[in-house]
Amino acid sequence: MNALLEARQLHGAYGRTQVLRGLNFAIGDGAVTTFLGANGAGKTSTLRAICGMINTTGEITFDGKRIERLRPDQIARLGIAHVPEGRGTFSRLSVEENLNVGALQRRSKAPVAGEYELIYHYFPRLKERRKQQAGTLSGGEQQMLAISRALLMSPRLILMDEPSFGLAPLVVREIFQIMRVINSDRKVSLLLVEQNAALALELADQCYVLESGHIVASGPSATIKNDDALRRAYLGY
Amino acid sequence: MEGLIQQVFAGLANGAIYAALGIALVIIYQATHHINFAQGEMAMFSTYIAWSLINAGIPYWWAFAATIVLSFVGGVAIQRIVLRPFDHAPALSVILVSVGLLLVFNSLAGWLFTYTMKSFPSPFPATAPSPTSYLSMHEIGIIAVTGAMLAMVYAFFRLTPLGLAMRAAAENPVSSALSGINVGRMLATGWGLAAAVGAVAGMLVAPIVFLDPNMMSGIIIYSLAAALLGGITNPWGAMVGGFIVGIVENIAGAYLLGTEVKLAIALAIIVGVLLVKPAGLFGQRSVKRV
Repeated sequence: MNALLEARQLHGAYGRTQVLRGLNFAIGDGAVTTFLGANGAGKTSTLRAICGMINTTGEITFDGKRIERLRPDQIARLGIAHVPEGRGTFSRLSVEENLNVGALQRRSKAPVAGEYELIYHYFPRLKERRKQQAGTLSGGEQQMLAISRALLMSPRLILMDEPSFGLAPLVVREIFQIMRVINSDRKVSLLLVEQNAALALELADQCYVLESGHIVASGPSATIKNDDALRRAYLGY
Repeated sequence: MEGLIQQVFAGLANGAIYAALGIALVIIYQATHHINFAQGEMAMFSTYIAWSLINAGIPYWWAFAATIVLSFVGGVAIQRIVLRPFDHAPALSVILVSVGLLLVFNSLAGWLFTYTMKSFPSPFPATAPSPTSYLSMHEIGIIAVTGAMLAMVYAFFRLTPLGLAMRAAAENPVSSALSGINVGRMLATGWGLAAAVGAVAGMLVAPIVFLDPNMMSGIIIYSLAAALLGGITNPWGAMVGGFIVGIVENIAGAYLLGTEVKLAIALAIIVGVLLVKPAGLFGQRSVKRV
């Protein structure tokens, strides 16, 4: 499979604190890739590094273009949508306006109306609440809103930071189902960061395991899943 | 009774001015979530630009339009050059910068144009449209121009993609950038728009109060009271707030307190709103589920 995004010798830091120490990884085009690891292993920082939100050295190539020197908004317009930690809700705007923000810098020239219909089909609750202030949504609904906003950008790659965080198991299942649909029907590649390793490995094709800013293991999800020693040491289940 | 009605109408005309500058405050707040204390002085400076253009022989409406454009460019430049280094600074630093700008513009105007009062022309006749009218043509003109400007600002923020992008950038800059919005450009556009609206306010008020570097020092406080009373997130609120402040100020000044302490009313309104109803009359209360 071709790599859609590739990082070479990626270092990243918050001020002077090094958080990423020379990562090499590739995100397959059309695939679901997951980064697993404990708290503080550098998962969120990896996503932030890709989006230009922290200082980095090293190379990041997306779709044949070098992006490590670009601003976050430029990277977003190239087709990388980031569903951030905390979901990035515009809480004073209505649900519909939140979606409109996603569509503002849409890459695709295809009419956007069908896209809204599809999103309301995925998440009927957003349609019911579209006039409501987004800050009043539940955590699960805000996660759905964040994914929908990302989809409206018509991205090639969606970065998801802990989509299951703080949500009820039933809601998590619903969201992961839709993510699978997005990946298979819409041909959008996913990069998923999760604490819940079992859940992530079920969805992902490819897996990287992080510890203190290093990649300590990588391979197809099935291989990682069946490596008992690795699972117990890093993934805690 | 006749006197009271007279005061109410005079209050409406003043209120329109407070509303116009209040709208500028609302725009900056919508775009950056900061209050620009230099808004009044920027408006005053813009008015001097208009005065210079008119004195150079340019017809009023051409000077009016040119001033709006120059003020927009000036507002953008101020944001890019002066405020940009404070993008990630705490709110208090930004407030101090805006107070600094206030002093800079005040002194600059005094230095360039002296502190002598200058008369400024109105495009509307000073006479009343009929002998029984409570308002002069100029006052009616102020109210009409402010109303039109308000409608445009409201439509801009509610109905255009750029307006939405500006509101999003103010509300959550990080999430906006991740959605592909150039946040810096939005902030600069907000400053430009506010400066343009402020310029209109300045050109409307100058024929009444005369042009001098301190002409806005009281007005900005009334405008702040108006914007807070109406709800700083809502341009319509600034309009209604402006009218209420204008009328209350006039009536209280005439019947209760005398004109010397009128300004205290604005301060009382500011404190009262912040204590009793911080979101203002029509402001959006921010609701967050935790």
